[in-house]
Amino acid sequence: MANLIVSEEQLRYATLLKWGANLGLAALVVMFFAYVMGIMTPHVPVDQLPQLWNLPVHEYLEKTGSPKGWDWLALLARGDYASLAGIAWLSTCSVFCLLSIIPIYLKRKDNVFVLICIVALAVQVLAASGLLGGGHH
Amino acid sequence: MFKTTLDAMQRTGGLVRTNLLWIVFALTIFAGSAYAVEVTPVASTMPWWGWPLALFITCFFLGIVAVPSGVGGGVLFVPIVGGFFPFHLDFVRGAGLLVALASALAAGPSLLRGGLANLRLALPMAVLASASSIAGAMLGLAIPASVVQIALGCTILGIVVLMSLAKKSEFPEVAQPDSLSQALAIHGVFHDASQRRDINWQVHRTPMGLGLFVGIGFLAGMFGMGAGWANVPVLNLLMGAPLKVSAGTSSFILTLVDSSAAWIYLNKGAVLAIIAVPSVIGMMLGANIGAKLLNVLKASVVRKMVISLLLFAGIRALLKGLGIWM
Repeated sequence: MANLIVSEEQLRYATLLKWGANLGLAALVVMFFAYVMGIMTPHVPVDQLPQLWNLPVHEYLEKTGSPKGWDWLALLARGDYASLAGIAWLSTCSVFCLLSIIPIYLKRKDNVFVLICIVALAVQVLAASGLLGGGHH
Repeated sequence: MFKTTLDAMQRTGGLVRTNLLWIVFALTIFAGSAYAVEVTPVASTMPWWGWPLALFITCFFLGIVAVPSGVGGGVLFVPIVGGFFPFHLDFVRGAGLLVALASALAAGPSLLRGGLANLRLALPMAVLASASSIAGAMLGLAIPASVVQIALGCTILGIVVLMSLAKKSEFPEVAQPDSLSQALAIHGVFHDASQRRDINWQVHRTPMGLGLFVGIGFLAGMFGMGAGWANVPVLNLLMGAPLKVSAGTSSFILTLVDSSAAWIYLNKGAVLAIIAVPSVIGMMLGANIGAKLLNVLKASVVRKMVISLLLFAGIRALLKGLGIWM
């Protein structure tokens, strides 16, 4: 799959995506092992999970006193929520890739793609914000 | 119906006809709600580590067959784990999105560098699909799990029909690009190593492709599945991108679509590390083995096996949602 013509923005996007994905996956694995090996105490004890993971999410949150929205950040020292940090990073790394290619489109005066990138960013930020139903307790 | 739809997409490009799938899907949700039976899965008596370990092993094997069969791991994960593991469907869909996202992120950089994923083709589609995936995720978490099970069962059975009937076109002929794709400069060149030649490509029917990606994103968010099964036919058969560019661009689109939907699941608390992480690791390790076995395994045989597996999982999801097979 040798390449012929790959644009500058595509190469920049690929480089950042590679770093972002590798970092996220490494964090995911390390934190998860710290969690299941008991190195980091979880918010919900692992031996209670088989009685809880069959419940709908709202019941699970209610019974375990688990947070919604961005409140999980306050529990980052807990093993189960530390593992979520890797997941959150994987879901975020595309934002940095999109941000990095906007200057290239601006320089080229490719205004339509500047706009498309900005809308794509807005969608990602809106989803991550917790404004759409995540909220607080 | 799916064959007719695909033929219509290729011949006339009637927007109403190509959206027939989504109309059927919407009707399924409304009809399904009348027959849905809400039952919480039975709590497990296995030690806490037993199910995550079983999940890791299952995902490892799903990863092996996903690559040679040409489907993403996400589309296999949700119906199979949702049907046969004791986890609630809310958490299964959250994990399914992460499985699809992690696989797409791992493949994305090399696809972009190799010219098999095209940023100009992907970004407009991804913007619309990302926005609709948010709506799909929100709806999926708001309606009863049994209704989602029924809709999932119908969708999986639809995918089985699509996979069985859909043709592929290595290098579709696009005589004249449409005005929107011209305005957005969606075209490119890639080197096909198997044919040892450079392929110039362009696309047509861009507005209809954009419309279909709205529906695809919605389904991806609602069911927590990757949507390569739908992305590739739209990019390849409808819009006329070469098959390899369609497959590569489809995978890249998922990095954006699944990210936005994953955030909705995260913010709603529907991602449990104990389910998501073993699934991601198992699927990625399996996909690595699957890629190495590409030349050993007979792709057509694996594909038939996967179609059978999906057929079984689709029927199981449908019957589970209806309360017939718990």
